[in-house]
Amino acid sequence: MNDAKIEMIEIDLLLETIFQRYGYDFRSYARASIERRIRQFLAGSRCSSISEMIPKILHDEEFFSNLVQYFSISVTEIFRDPLVYRAVREKVLPLLKTWPHVKIWHAGCATGEEVYSLAIVLKEEEVYDRATIYATDFNDESLDRAREGVYALGKLKDATKNYQQTGGKASFSEYYHAHYDAAAMDGSLKERITFANHNLAVDAAFGEMHLIFCRNVLIYFNRELQNRVLELFTDSLVHGGFLCLGTKEDLQFSEVSNLYELVDAKAKIYKKKST
Amino acid sequence: MRVSEPRRRPGGTYQAVVIGGSAGGVEALQVILLALPHDFMLPVLVVEHLHHSDDGSFALHLASLTQLPVIEPCDKTRIEGGRVYTAPANYHMLVERDGTIGLSVEERVNWSRPSIDVLFESAALAWGEALVAVLLSGANADGTKGLGTVKKAGGLTIAQDPAEAKSRVMPQAAINAGVVSEVLRAEQIGRLLAALSG
Ligand SMILES: C[S@@+](CC[C@H](N)C(=O)[O-])C[C@H]1O[C@@H](n2cnc3c(N)ncnc32)[C@H](O)[C@@H]1O
Repeated sequence: MNDAKIEMIEIDLLLETIFQRYGYDFRSYARASIERRIRQFLAGSRCSSISEMIPKILHDEEFFSNLVQYFSISVTEIFRDPLVYRAVREKVLPLLKTWPHVKIWHAGCATGEEVYSLAIVLKEEEVYDRATIYATDFNDESLDRAREGVYALGKLKDATKNYQQTGGKASFSEYYHAHYDAAAMDGSLKERITFANHNLAVDAAFGEMHLIFCRNVLIYFNRELQNRVLELFTDSLVHGGFLCLGTKEDLQFSEVSNLYELVDAKAKIYKKKST
Repeated sequence: MRVSEPRRRPGGTYQAVVIGGSAGGVEALQVILLALPHDFMLPVLVVEHLHHSDDGSFALHLASLTQLPVIEPCDKTRIEGGRVYTAPANYHMLVERDGTIGLSVEERVNWSRPSIDVLFESAALAWGEALVAVLLSGANADGTKGLGTVKKAGGLTIAQDPAEAKSRVMPQAAINAGVVSEVLRAEQIGRLLAALSG
């Protein structure tokens, strides 16, 4: 048996250990990426092999929590992919405006940048005041940072440029307060947002949503878990509700594809059919 | 430099080609892709360092250079022979052992996303000794570590001749690290690859 095969066994055992000990199920995550994370974590740990990490996971909760933190890839940006927010402005919000009350769910919101970006668009399109926004992730540290809504000022240069590309008419600087090298998102953006822990791999549906944003989260799941989560979204959406995925994610080969119609191919926005 | 005979590996034939390039890499890539026949049988996976706001125009540009279909894959795209897959800007592209493509937005590696190391390492695990990896012109050291993994897994590792490369740093770094089995000019690389699936 070669080293690569042995490593595969070690990784299987490690993921199984995490599941049995803590209930976090990474067995159905996209394999190549989770393996990469494990190898990198190993390189920065004092263990000399993946199997040596297993007893630590069993007996050392802090070791485990650092590992899970490392598994959660929380890279995100304010107004990442401006074309998405533009499509939301032009194709989604005009329809959402016809509802008296609008419920929005950001699943896998990481440190919150995407939530505040959409909140800005909702304000500008006059949907914010009748919206209830849920922003969830399974990473508590990320959620804490999302609640704070304070970001490095250096990151806001791209954000300002991207904001303009979304069709934003105001000045982006109206939405944050700079203080030294940090920018705090304006409090009025937070009023209607609830941040909460939710694990897409095990937790139940959220009811009656009109719009679900789940971008660059499904790429970390294998096909099976992707289908489970997409079913969860389908159950959570009202008829005619919208689902927005990452620009490189797709419903095409999923089990729910025939339940949706495509609204915008580039922005990966879908609408749940009413039958 | 000697052009080696196209070869079959002892245990069978090669199954896939991965190519990485950065500054000056596109010119070499162009030469290589032009050399591949329309019935080329292996999949070709490409990471070229792009500007993060590229919206697929690089893939379109490549498509105009080769007879093979060029695809900017979505997550879980199935990898098929005779096609060129190019990593989308701002995503790492990984190979899964089940023959599909995985994408990730995790941190930059060697200041790059997509990173050549990320593609090469995952491809080495998926294809082992049946993989050919090619490192082209570039101004940083992305790719050296990945080539090392490919070589360790028994795959064939090729670097563009630094004397020809517009930016010699990248291929030279790999050569210095001792992870390159062949140093060739772009046109020779094209011929070698074309012969692989002949
Ligand atoms: C790359 S971020 C995406 C952030 C944002 N949606 C965007 O596109 O910019 C992926 C997020 O998915 C979260 N995630 C991963 N697995 C999850 C799960 N099982 N349940 C909930 N969130 C999860 C991670 O914690 C991380 O914050």
